Amino acid sequence: MKTDRLTIAGTAYASRLIVGTGKYPTFEVMRRAIEASGAVLVTVAVRRVDLARRDGESLLDHLDLETLKLLPNTAGCYTADEAVRTARLAREAGLSDLIKLEVIGDEKTLFPDTEGLLQATRTLVKEGFTVLPYTNDDLVVAKRLRDAGAAAVMPLASPIGSGLGIQNALNLRFILEEIRDIPVIVDAGVGTPSDAAVVLEMGADGVLMNTGIAGAGDPVKMARAMRLAVEAGRLAAESGRIPRKLHASASSPIDGLLR
Amino acid sequence: MTIVLNGVRREAPAGASVLALLETIGLAPGRVAVEINGRIARREDFAREPLRDDDRVEVVQFVGGG
Repeated sequence: MKTDRLTIAGTAYASRLIVGTGKYPTFEVMRRAIEASGAVLVTVAVRRVDLARRDGESLLDHLDLETLKLLPNTAGCYTADEAVRTARLAREAGLSDLIKLEVIGDEKTLFPDTEGLLQATRTLVKEGFTVLPYTNDDLVVAKRLRDAGAAAVMPLASPIGSGLGIQNALNLRFILEEIRDIPVIVDAGVGTPSDAAVVLEMGADGVLMNTGIAGAGDPVKMARAMRLAVEAGRLAAESGRIPRKLHASASSPIDGLLR
Repeated sequence: MTIVLNGVRREAPAGASVLALLETIGLAPGRVAVEINGRIARREDFAREPLRDDDRVEVVQFVGGG
């Protein structure tokens, strides 16, 4: 068990924290926040080049691709077909088989359409993609995704961008108990470092976040806080916490007390 | 001839390659992906892949996202 290594499909990444590149006030703040987070995997979205409005600045000018690895997503896709199409374009643009697969089923909650997700996972696995599906905190779906060849499962803690933290710890616990052969990466809902620490303490292999860092008052400082929380949570998971007890148990010896 | 580029119809020189189109609109070929009529154009084929009248061309790139 390597504290600071997240292994996905045989490749080890030097951080258990995966961060997004959206919603930053400037590219420079994003660059510094990613650096402070220690993340090596960074998510990106695939969009049409806006030919009417181009200022010459591109996201990739601000990402150090010597040290970072791009994880393109299929955000905004509402059908398996759209997601597969976007994944194929992402592979061509990024020359990598990694894909964070999203098939959204509801606009308000951005909850996944798990039926479409499974369908797209099967198609993309067949085409040689390393598929990391963003999914519900549903054990049965997680098992099906694993059986369909997903390289990891990425259940949500709470809705994307909500910052609500873990809303259903029991469901995550069931997934973590059962899915042992591929990484479980909690994706979405982390609002503050304690959320991330708890995720790792529960035994998750990693955590993925965007808004929790990018939307903070000081994204660079928050990125460092998240990094420390992920490291702390992982170390705690490996350490074996004490059992909870109802009553006190003195830390100082009773022998030798002055009477 | 005319093509539909990212949803907008525009003029293009007859027989222009994908690479020529990208140069015209000022995009580096190494950072985009191109789809012609729903089929991915491979980067190594950009120079010899000709565009035809009425082609629907999509040019995408990576942007910030989670």
